[in-house]
Amino acid sequence: MSFKIVVLAKQVPDTHNVGADAMNADGTVNRAALPTVFNPEDLKALEMALQVKDQMPDATVTVVTMGPPRAAEIIKDARNRGADDGFVLSDARFAGADTLATSYALSQAIRQTGKVDLILGGRQAIDGDTAQVGPQVAEKLDIPQVTYAEELLAVDAETITIRRRLERGTECVKAKLPVLVTVTSAAADCRFPNAHRMIRLSKEEVRMINADSIDAEMDRLGLKGSPTKVKQIENVVLSHKESVVLEPTEAALSELSATLIKEHIL
Amino acid sequence: MNNVLVYCELSEKNQIADIALELCTKGRQLASRLGCRLQAAVLGSGVKAAAESLYPYGVDEVFLADDPRLSPYRTLPHFDVLSKLIQKEQPQIVLFGASSVGRDLAPRIASFLRCGLTADCTQLEIGSHEDPKTKKTYENILYQIRPAFGGNIIATIVCPETRPQMATVREGVMKKEVFDPAYKGVIVPVAVEASLDKADKAVEILSREIEEQKIDIKGAQIIVAGGYGMGSRENFQLLHQFARLIGASVGATRAAVDAGFCEGERQIGQTGVTVRPKLYIACGISGAVQHRAGMEQSAKIISINTDPDAPINAIADYTIIGEVMTVIPQFMACYKNNLK
Repeated sequence: MSFKIVVLAKQVPDTHNVGADAMNADGTVNRAALPTVFNPEDLKALEMALQVKDQMPDATVTVVTMGPPRAAEIIKDARNRGADDGFVLSDARFAGADTLATSYALSQAIRQTGKVDLILGGRQAIDGDTAQVGPQVAEKLDIPQVTYAEELLAVDAETITIRRRLERGTECVKAKLPVLVTVTSAAADCRFPNAHRMIRLSKEEVRMINADSIDAEMDRLGLKGSPTKVKQIENVVLSHKESVVLEPTEAALSELSATLIKEHIL
Repeated sequence: MNNVLVYCELSEKNQIADIALELCTKGRQLASRLGCRLQAAVLGSGVKAAAESLYPYGVDEVFLADDPRLSPYRTLPHFDVLSKLIQKEQPQIVLFGASSVGRDLAPRIASFLRCGLTADCTQLEIGSHEDPKTKKTYENILYQIRPAFGGNIIATIVCPETRPQMATVREGVMKKEVFDPAYKGVIVPVAVEASLDKADKAVEILSREIEEQKIDIKGAQIIVAGGYGMGSRENFQLLHQFARLIGASVGATRAAVDAGFCEGERQIGQTGVTVRPKLYIACGISGAVQHRAGMEQSAKIISINTDPDAPINAIADYTIIGEVMTVIPQFMACYKNNLK
């Protein structure tokens, strides 16, 4: 009896490593200059999926991503790390999708793959930072969700036990399958790509799936299917204050503390 | 119909969580501006008193669902009750805290209602909007303003066509303020249906290890914050000494917390607390945009750093270029001297 695992992943611009060469002269970020990465929390979700696969006989891991054709890079990366299969949902009609339209496309694609026992994804992507797609896919597939997963404690054919990392502590939950789990940065790092797999799979193409193959209502896709609209974007500009630079001398520090005391700040 | 609804999550002590009170304060402003009522949804067990504690925040109606299956929070039971309530009451706006509860519940509700949801808003305003393509104008809609792209841009999001307009807001971003201590609201009991039984069975909580919040730096007037540049947990003790001397609270950057220098509750920034002290002393902090988001409203900022180009220096009133482990004891000595 096969145990089917789907991992939801996204290729994202590396917003956590905005170096000097990605900055424009006016202090704004040059998004086009950022390299792309496998969304960090999705990699952790992949690791948890592979841990489940380690424990369940006959388990398969399929990685699904929605994005432009180059998102195939993360499917290849996932396969090199141990995933069995994957595909890219790519179509101009998906463009401009907010989380509702994205979760609709993803859930439709998952439906086409047949019965799924477990879906894993990162809690949030480092570009949108919304943490919405996971729970929205779960709702559309009418399955329960466990978010903020930190560690896989146990899994069997019917249930999964997870430790969640909350603001002020942890919670251990046991969920009936099928269930969707989102994984946070507190979870274990993903295992490295395997050299043998890299060589063996290097010639294998990645399947591209378009909007026609997922039995979708077209007006629920892309910009049209997105209730949220961006009205305006402002770049965060690193503006300079009139800053006083002090040498760490006795005199300067004494004057500073005296000033702060006088102004009733200290 | 057409009111502002705030989902009020509960604290470990079964009181209304601070984040919910902050949202009610904002909700009261929005409702007054829109000329509608402010409603709250409280789902839990043994929480009637907590529900009534909302009235001073200007809440007109508290929808109260009281049932053991609703405590502690689990997704499906809360989703079951709240989604039905929203379908029945049809609010124009629904607000949630951007906590592990709100960020778990709100997206599922939005998916069910097929409405727009904006996460981690830092500002909420009412305004008008013109669709650039259709030229249709919308009046009195909610501007959902939030950072994105790792904090490098600020986006204003609107949901012109779908209702309700939903948003989540992080704790400490909005201010909590009593509207009128004598304000009179009403409890509207919500019948918890048999359907909750099915929702109840999907996920079981085996154990919880939640600590009471011992450290809360949100309201501190003076903050001494340490970054990765502090170097070690031992070095961080100097900050505690400094803080004790000047009556400050100790804060930290995410990097310092992740490196184990101090407790997570001290983390200031986009994924930590937002603070507005009259004085913020940044020690060994480079000032990544995610950190600045949590402290840039400080009235006065001092930065102590060996790097003259650290981004935080650009927003500091005073920058001291030097080693924190040398400068801080020096400053402490000068301060003690000047007090005499």
